[in-house]
Amino acid sequence: MKNVLKHSILILFLALLTFAPSQGFAHGEESQHQEEFDAKSFIFGHTGDSYCFHITEIHGHPVCVWLPVIVKSKGGGWSVFSSKHVCELKEGETYSHNGHQFFIPPISAEKYPGKLVELKADGSLSRPFDISFTKNAFGIFLVCAFLLAFFLPAAKKYKKDPMAKPTKYQGMVEWLTYMVLDGIIRPNIPEKKVKQFAPYLLTVFFFIFFANLFGLIPFFPFSANVTGNLSITLVLALLTYFFVNVFGNRHYWKEILWPDVPVFLKAFPLMPIIELISTITKPFALMVRLFANILAGHIIIMVLMALIFIITGMYGAGMGGAMSIVSIFMTIFMTALELLVAYIQAYVFTILSSLFIGMAQHEPEHE
Amino acid sequence: MELFLPESGLVIWMLIGFLIVFFILAKVGWPMIMGAVEQRNTQIADSLLAAEEANNALAGIEQKRQETMAAAQAEQIKIMKESQELKTQLIEEAKAQARQEAEKIVADARLKIEKEQAEAMAQIKNEVIALSVDIAEKLLQRELNDKPSQTDYIETLLRNIPTRIEA
Repeated sequence: MKNVLKHSILILFLALLTFAPSQGFAHGEESQHQEEFDAKSFIFGHTGDSYCFHITEIHGHPVCVWLPVIVKSKGGGWSVFSSKHVCELKEGETYSHNGHQFFIPPISAEKYPGKLVELKADGSLSRPFDISFTKNAFGIFLVCAFLLAFFLPAAKKYKKDPMAKPTKYQGMVEWLTYMVLDGIIRPNIPEKKVKQFAPYLLTVFFFIFFANLFGLIPFFPFSANVTGNLSITLVLALLTYFFVNVFGNRHYWKEILWPDVPVFLKAFPLMPIIELISTITKPFALMVRLFANILAGHIIIMVLMALIFIITGMYGAGMGGAMSIVSIFMTIFMTALELLVAYIQAYVFTILSSLFIGMAQHEPEHE
Repeated sequence: MELFLPESGLVIWMLIGFLIVFFILAKVGWPMIMGAVEQRNTQIADSLLAAEEANNALAGIEQKRQETMAAAQAEQIKIMKESQELKTQLIEEAKAQARQEAEKIVADARLKIEKEQAEAMAQIKNEVIALSVDIAEKLLQRELNDKPSQTDYIETLLRNIPTRIEA
């Protein structure tokens, strides 16, 4: 381990020495005829959602999986077409479908960057109701399909013969399930209610965990930044909000609407308002925490990658080459860290969800 | 920034996808896994309890067996001791009897010997008497011829006697 580190530092140092003298020449000439590298588009293009699943580029031609665009124009009908038509448009062009003109503004655009918009006859832009099956939607269903394919065969085996000696695969499923069940759910939820809430919490945990992991795999069909998208964490947080408040017991609601404070604090409903807001802030924090953590991890990795091109643009290929070595080492480190974060964030989301649900199920010991 | 605004389309897809998975797994996934594991846990616990009970029962049986063994051994020792005693007693009795018998035999033999001795003595006496009479007859026949020759003669006669007794 020590040797590897020593060697890599040496290689890095040599690389810097070799390329350093050339930077003087490279700088002035190359930056002129080089296309300006747009770091913002690069980073947010990769971490954000997209209408097509970009796999790679061969000879300047993008190799993509074209996902369907499903939009409903304002005051118009539904339009369903392949994203190939709008993704390959040149600047200023539009795609015409059912009498509507569609195009996608670039990520650097001020209005609706990277989102499909409709160009109205009067030249104004309008965002249609958009339920396109995007890259992230694809990512969601990939995780869903994986969860079903991973857990259902085990469940089937258990159903067939619960007393049979479990296979290694079943052992893994059991271990994963009970890691969550005994480590996260049981400590927070009253034993009587575990059966009621465990399915939701287990599904949430494994959805987040595998979505995080899939997001780290940098090639098709993975790499969709599912949990680093606010829409997705919003749904998860809303579901937790639903499970906390809909199944909350009488004691929980009494604590919110008529807490044990002096009457003037609750007659003029100050405390109830504060308590009601607090029920919203909890899932809101859940939503932002997961989203921000995963997005930040992806952005850091993308920034490290972008650094290579930025340095190349600024100081030439020599420094860029040296930077790529640094970047790769940093990216390996970040990816390893993201593996940890993938688990931790799934764990935190689930443990807080079960804590909130458990608190809403808490029965006072003395009345 | 658009990054921080939820997209209605994605929210809908997420709701559909997640809820489908949730309902499927809640219906046929987690309950099966949890149920089977709980069932197995109870069975293992029950089996352990049963094994414990069986062990206890076995320990009881073992103790009983040992007790029985000890009792049997004690009985054996007792029986052996008794038989030993009986044996000694029998030997003693036999010895005593044998001694009595022997004494009786000896006494009988002695009686018989005495009797035979007496008979022999009587016979000897008779013989002596007869001899004496014989001698006396012969003496009387040779009457006083000569003193020394008489004596010699008596001696020869006497020398002949034992042979006759022996016969």
